[in-house]
Amino acid sequence: MPWTRIQADDSRRPGIFRSSHAVREISYRDAIREALSQALSMDPDVFLIGEGIDDPGGVFGTTKGLREVFGSERVMDSPIAENGMTGVAIGAAVAGMRPVLIHMRVDFLPMSMDQLINHAAKWSYMTGGRVKAPLTIRAIIGRGWGSAAQHSQSLQALFAHIPGLRVLMPASPYDAKGLLLGSIASDSPTVVIEHRWLYDQKEGVPEEAYIIPAGRGTIRREGTDISIVASSYMVYEALRAADELGKKGISAEVVDLRSVFPLDEELIIASVRKTGRLIVADTGWRSCGVSAEVAAVAAEKAHAGLKAPVRRICLPPAPTPASPALEQAYYPTFQQIAAAAGEIL
Amino acid sequence: MTDGIDKETLFRLFETMLRIRLFEDRVVRLYPGQEMKCPVHLCIGQEAIAAGVCLHLKKEDYIFSTHRSHGHCIAKGMGLRPLAAELYGRSTGCSRGRGGSMHLTDPENGIPGTTAIVGGCIPIAVGAALSAQMKRNGRIAVAFFGDGAVEEGTFHEGLNYASLRRLPVIFVCENNFYATNSPQKARQPEVNIADRAAGYGMPGVAGDGNDVMFVHDSCREAVERARSGGGPTLLEFRTYRWKAHVGPDSDIAAGCRPAAEYEEWVRRCPLELCGQRLIKEKALTEDDIDRLTGSIEAEIDDAVEFAMNSPFPQQSEILDHVY
Repeated sequence: MPWTRIQADDSRRPGIFRSSHAVREISYRDAIREALSQALSMDPDVFLIGEGIDDPGGVFGTTKGLREVFGSERVMDSPIAENGMTGVAIGAAVAGMRPVLIHMRVDFLPMSMDQLINHAAKWSYMTGGRVKAPLTIRAIIGRGWGSAAQHSQSLQALFAHIPGLRVLMPASPYDAKGLLLGSIASDSPTVVIEHRWLYDQKEGVPEEAYIIPAGRGTIRREGTDISIVASSYMVYEALRAADELGKKGISAEVVDLRSVFPLDEELIIASVRKTGRLIVADTGWRSCGVSAEVAAVAAEKAHAGLKAPVRRICLPPAPTPASPALEQAYYPTFQQIAAAAGEIL
Repeated sequence: MTDGIDKETLFRLFETMLRIRLFEDRVVRLYPGQEMKCPVHLCIGQEAIAAGVCLHLKKEDYIFSTHRSHGHCIAKGMGLRPLAAELYGRSTGCSRGRGGSMHLTDPENGIPGTTAIVGGCIPIAVGAALSAQMKRNGRIAVAFFGDGAVEEGTFHEGLNYASLRRLPVIFVCENNFYATNSPQKARQPEVNIADRAAGYGMPGVAGDGNDVMFVHDSCREAVERARSGGGPTLLEFRTYRWKAHVGPDSDIAAGCRPAAEYEEWVRRCPLELCGQRLIKEKALTEDDIDRLTGSIEAEIDDAVEFAMNSPFPQQSEILDHVY
């Protein structure tokens, strides 16, 4: 196993993103592509599979050119059979491979729920830990341009509910690379949820391979008056809200979960104890969602530190509309986060 | 005697079938004691398929199976001790007490696991075959499933991909004509499951699953095809489950299936058919069968004693093996 040689970044780095002068800047999409390329180079058991992953677009550029380098045996197109191909990936994994199964949209994952929930998530447990299924599933949240109800969902809570699965949501290029490599290196099935609006984000990303372990969030901005816990694209809205609040003299701390399950409870508790106020901003729905889980952690484990009710910024309880006018009303923004902060400060 | 099967092979098939039958019979006797606290789906009446298929497989070849998998695991080489201990929920069980009867595993003998969701194991077997093809390690994979699985999407998605990639996998459908109590005719427009193979561009063979020699013969070709890069095969073996869908009892008196149908299949017991053939060929005597029965019963005694003397998993280990 070459994976043990990769350095793990176990730190909860403060600051926003890595400074640009230390290392070269690359985009979120190129960070993902680099992680996949390095995994394929390092380990002959790694392969990529998914419908259309070797087409000219290359899954928004994240797999572009990889087939030319690694061949169609390791960068494979596949039938549109989400459940069956999840089973195929599980079978390859229990027989010694490390597949990365790629879906263009999170919305296609519900078709694979049987293999994901009944099989992948439980294989290790059902076999008493004797057989592992080291499977990585990448899926992308779409948004905007009328993507509508079936091409824009944020279903992380569905997967985070299931013991045996891990769910990661990188917000930054550095995290996209490290979390994806960590997922491929791990013996547990992991769902990595990307956001289409993040692909052009850039930051300094080391060229060498590194791993960010699951279950480690990070502080994007230090603050003292209020904690905004967010993940994926909502980290950026949270940072803009923190800017707005800063203009009014309010110091907001922004916590990026990075990993939805396992959840970095320690980091959430420490931040809430420090600021005494909590807003949770999630890309998904409110009911039984990630924001509910974060709020529950605060209520159960940092209750004494809370000075005000928790506020949650989520999607309204409706499918995604197509019309731009309705989309505008549908997606929460930094203004709503800042307004919620005003209510509890 | 069927061409291509020598007496020694037939004896080995008989011995495996007898081991499965006697183990399942023991479960029937022990189950009312209520110490085997897991649902058991017994394969009494269907033993010829497990025996006939697995005799062709190497230790490192993969099998994947269902909730009704005791026979497949025994035929593939799983020891009776870890099997019995798993049924009794002990830490020495093949799945360390986490799986029970429906989730048996023995990676050293090519059993990565069994799954109790109908059709679930089919694409997983295809994936193991993909791994074998990529690693060029010469292994093949077998998926055992029932007639009900043919209605699941996983069957069609699995066969489509296996054929597309010419993967070394064999699909073994044990058609016992019932999904729990629903007859095949109430569920499927065509009764010939093997005919489905044509739609996926692979050979399909159907026949008597109670004739172990037929099973063995038709599987030989499928194994050769898989090993030589010729791709997958769908085998449909018609057979009958003697016990209820789940549990040690008969479901005939309850009216779940017609008594005449059951009696007809019992008259065609796979062990009787094979045993009588061996006796007729003078390869075996009644005394030999008695001696063999005695030695397997002793093996089962030992397995049950081992299980009963084994510790339960520690309650503090509840979160072990989740990740």
